[in-house]
Amino acid sequence: MSEQFLAPLTALGNDTPVVETIGSITIRENPDLAIASLAARKDRGAELYSKLKSDAGVHLPDPGHAIFADDVTTIWTGVDQWLLLAPISSHPDYAAEVKTVVANSASVTEQTDGWVVFDIAGNNLIPLLERLCNLNSKSLSAGDATRCLIEHLGCLIICRESGRELTILGPRSSAASLHHSLVTAAKSIA
Amino acid sequence: MSQKNRLDGGQIDRKRPLSFSFDGKSYEGYAGDTLASALLANDVRLMGRSFKYHRPRGVFSSGSEEPNALVELRGGTRQEPNTRATGVELYDGLTAMSQNRFLSLRFDALAFNDMLSSFLSAGFYYKTFMWPSAFWEKLYEPAIRRAAGLGRLSGKEDPDSYDKGFLHCDLLIIGSGPSGLAAALTAGRAGTEVILAEEDFAFGGRLLAEQNLLVDQPGNDWISDVTGELSSMPNVRLMPRTTVFGQYDHGIFGAVERVSDHLPEPSTDRPRQILWRIYAKRALLAAGATERPITFENNDRPGVMLAGAMRAYANRWAVTASTNITIFTNNDDGHRTAKDLAAKGVNIAAVIDSRNDAPSSIEFDVLSGGQIINSRGRLSLKSVKVRLKNGSTKEIACGALGLAGGWSPNVHLTCHKRDRPGWNETISAFVPAPSDDRLLRVAGAAAGIFSTHGALHSGAEEAINALKDLDVSAQLPKLPEAEDTPVNIEPFWHVKSGKGRAWLDLQNDVTVKDVKLAHQEGFRSVEHMKRYTTLGMATDQGKTANVGALALLAELEEKTISEVGTTIFRPPYTPVSMGTFAGRSRGKDFRPYRLTPSHKWAMEQGAVFVEAGNWLRAQWFPTQGETHWRQSVDREVLAVRKSVGVCDVTTLGKIDVQGADAAEFLNHIYCNGFAKLPVGKVRYGLMLREDGFAMDDGTAARLAKDHFVVTTTTANAVPVFQHMEFCRQCLWPGLDVQLISTTEAWAQFAIAGPNARKLLQKVIDPAYDISNDAFPYMACGEITVCDDLRARLFRISFSGELAFEIAVPTRYGDALIRRLMEAGKEFDITPYGTEAMGVLRIEKGHAAGNELNGQSTAAMLGMGRMVSQKKDSIGRVLAGRPYLQREDDYRLVGLKSVNSKEIILAGAHLMTAGDTVNAANDQGWVTSAAYSPHIGSSIALAFLKKGEARHGEVIRIVSPLDNLDIEGEVTGPHFIDPEGERLRV
Repeated sequence: MSEQFLAPLTALGNDTPVVETIGSITIRENPDLAIASLAARKDRGAELYSKLKSDAGVHLPDPGHAIFADDVTTIWTGVDQWLLLAPISSHPDYAAEVKTVVANSASVTEQTDGWVVFDIAGNNLIPLLERLCNLNSKSLSAGDATRCLIEHLGCLIICRESGRELTILGPRSSAASLHHSLVTAAKSIA
Repeated sequence: MSQKNRLDGGQIDRKRPLSFSFDGKSYEGYAGDTLASALLANDVRLMGRSFKYHRPRGVFSSGSEEPNALVELRGGTRQEPNTRATGVELYDGLTAMSQNRFLSLRFDALAFNDMLSSFLSAGFYYKTFMWPSAFWEKLYEPAIRRAAGLGRLSGKEDPDSYDKGFLHCDLLIIGSGPSGLAAALTAGRAGTEVILAEEDFAFGGRLLAEQNLLVDQPGNDWISDVTGELSSMPNVRLMPRTTVFGQYDHGIFGAVERVSDHLPEPSTDRPRQILWRIYAKRALLAAGATERPITFENNDRPGVMLAGAMRAYANRWAVTASTNITIFTNNDDGHRTAKDLAAKGVNIAAVIDSRNDAPSSIEFDVLSGGQIINSRGRLSLKSVKVRLKNGSTKEIACGALGLAGGWSPNVHLTCHKRDRPGWNETISAFVPAPSDDRLLRVAGAAAGIFSTHGALHSGAEEAINALKDLDVSAQLPKLPEAEDTPVNIEPFWHVKSGKGRAWLDLQNDVTVKDVKLAHQEGFRSVEHMKRYTTLGMATDQGKTANVGALALLAELEEKTISEVGTTIFRPPYTPVSMGTFAGRSRGKDFRPYRLTPSHKWAMEQGAVFVEAGNWLRAQWFPTQGETHWRQSVDREVLAVRKSVGVCDVTTLGKIDVQGADAAEFLNHIYCNGFAKLPVGKVRYGLMLREDGFAMDDGTAARLAKDHFVVTTTTANAVPVFQHMEFCRQCLWPGLDVQLISTTEAWAQFAIAGPNARKLLQKVIDPAYDISNDAFPYMACGEITVCDDLRARLFRISFSGELAFEIAVPTRYGDALIRRLMEAGKEFDITPYGTEAMGVLRIEKGHAAGNELNGQSTAAMLGMGRMVSQKKDSIGRVLAGRPYLQREDDYRLVGLKSVNSKEIILAGAHLMTAGDTVNAANDQGWVTSAAYSPHIGSSIALAFLKKGEARHGEVIRIVSPLDNLDIEGEVTGPHFIDPEGERLRV
């Protein structure tokens, strides 16, 4: 590696991601995802769907949902808007990559470092979510994704397995505050 | 110590004795006791002193309606005042102190107030402390505040933590008496999501407190069966120790769960309490009813209590307040107390029943048509004086008196959305009014259905009805056979004899006389009476007092109680600790912080931070030997102008604007033109509000024909994004534009100073030419740095120097600042903070938040000509209205103190020499001020009337608040390089 290269820090400000295990709950900072936002150009939604499907095998979810494909997760974030998540190692310049596929059917914005990503796993995450946000946590099932406030922070909450596996995306600059909230809540119910 | 008043039976665990102390004296109780029941068991009847007169008071009830037995629970930092002894679950080692007394509970020196009672009547404060008015603030109010109040706060930080949380359900059931349990069983078996909230630590409500409510099985067996079944259902959440304290809009309820209050202290990391916000599709109020007393002279002595509470103490906690008791009742329920206590071996001295046709008893004397007209006993009841039906009087010795004036349904939560209850003559009580609101139904005693049979069935049926609204079919469960006794009551509110005081509201020391006085003085509306007398206020909110007072007011008004009506009930139903409302949001956790990409590095440099919105920004970077912030800031400013400085500007809002119509969109958003901005160029933009005033400023960089990056000020990042989204979605939905914030995604640094380019050339990949010709002032582009890391470069300047802003993905921000500092050593690179940035921009005359405060126009900022008349943009039309175009309007100017040692303060006003300092002569005001190490004196930006024509004038800078009155020279706003040559080299 060239000495010129800059060394990245995780959102929590470390060289390696923070992993906390509290009781049966593990909260893992995940710096390994490339993130791009996608917004359909006016009246070109159908074209966007078809380009993504045919050229990249990516399906876009309906409101309130996420789709987990091979290495790409797509999340609905607003009317005609989505976030696309993929491993950064295999997608180092993901926004440019997506733009190549969608061309002018959508606007694509680099968002990899716009977010901090926490993967949370445990035997029962329902009590944890109850202390964090006003989602009906019992009714969340795999593939549900929604935007919700956690301690004043606009976060995306993605259910990977009902009650057992979640991914929470929060604003990167507040990663430390969000992490503190997650850990405090986990300790409170442990 | 023997528990003198402990009876047989009860639902306490005698195998688990617990020790506790009250006022420093040790006692013993059992698991399952409350503090009140344990004190009574130990023959402690005196538990507090009254609010105003410091009268000795004993426990009055057995639940959350308690007006008297308020104690300071625990000690040290956990000391909690005004805690109801009736709700405190006994634990080993509990300590409690009496409150609102001076010296001791038995001898309270402040009881001399009681002797002054004829002066301290209703409205005493209003009448007495009127004159002289100047005394109010300095003398009267502090004195009254010192004397008022009940318990004391520790004044120390609460060591416990409090959580908040959110719950969702199909049916929220509030209360777990017969109706609540029947409802939970019904809804639980139907498979719906049910929450059963109970303020007590045990489920069962009055089933715990009564004998023989169920015919075919003991009440406890049924409770145990039902709660056992409910706890096995995954769709039912049982929440004991949880008070639902308020009903809010759209099916939202507030509840407090007391997680750790029954423990000496919360276990590690556990909260003391949780504030739950419950989203319920439907709710059922099964909160039971509260018994009312009957008022007579000296009815407040320790030992006088509600008859239903006496029964609860005997049946549930195996305690009697005395071994010799009397009952005063106007209904059959009082007789039930006498029967239950007699069955436990307590002597019933007499049952005095105000009804002439009172039922007789073979177990005890019933004095029908009798009334208690007085009582005796200073610290504890000794006897009552009874007026018999024939008019003669009789003194009856007793240690406790049970009052049974009928029951009032706990309608409180039905009123939180402004519904008013209606009067029901049959049970002489307010019941919930029929409501169109189907969100909250009412069952059992809360609905005025007082028999156990009725409560069980109404609970189950209302649950079925509620679920029917949700298209869920539920079946009536098999309910136990239960008593179905009709209510037999003859309203009797207060004894009309005696000249002494008869207490209506025990907590606030409000007497019959006070209500009469309030009425006599014209406070006839029930709400006015409440406020004039303070009846129904404080921690108990008059739960045992209100109806008696309303009845009296009705009598005085010669109206029915129904016509008089009630005061409105508001949340919370019972007091909620302030800490519970605050939750985790206290101290440094009050709100989330936002940290810049260089935060870690700045911490290592010893930077001083300032909060800007939620951001923590480096304010300045002190170096060794600097003892005053000005030394650091002056050094940083001079270093930037001399060589090069670096500043983290990530906090500026960044909005990605894309789409075929992106340029047209920005052309409408900004008052100046953007349609023709070439790709690879940045332009300063000013956006106006619809009313023509300036909203925010920033830059827009065109990265492609259909792609701009807009920057906003740090403070306005969110409002500007909201504004742009509103415009996109609502004003111009036909435009092809997509917006998204990218503030967080990029770490951005300003590199400013004559050596800025030389420094950047050391980190930018050689393929990119940033010479003045290739990358002139206001150029922008996507580049790479440090071997192919993607980056963005903007040649913009806030400082007035040759400057760039460079952006890299946020995760590389820390590494980039370290690389820049390393590479910049040869140029003596200096990191600078927000304070130096402020000085630099004031020297350059750039407007910032102080100038863009919502009251300034483009013309005031000297940018009137920027408002393009060739196109339509937000604010263009109203910016042209005559008032904003007037000739004597304010204009941005610079100010320099004439005496270089004098300091100009922001906020000071400008006056012409010789003018009186007043608003009429005001010429303008200072918006931003700083010491300029470059100029060598204090400088400022200011808005001055006709300012552009007054350069060179010497004006007074005045701030009476700061004793400031100095002279300043009016200049142009640009103190540095007014021609802008430096930034173009």
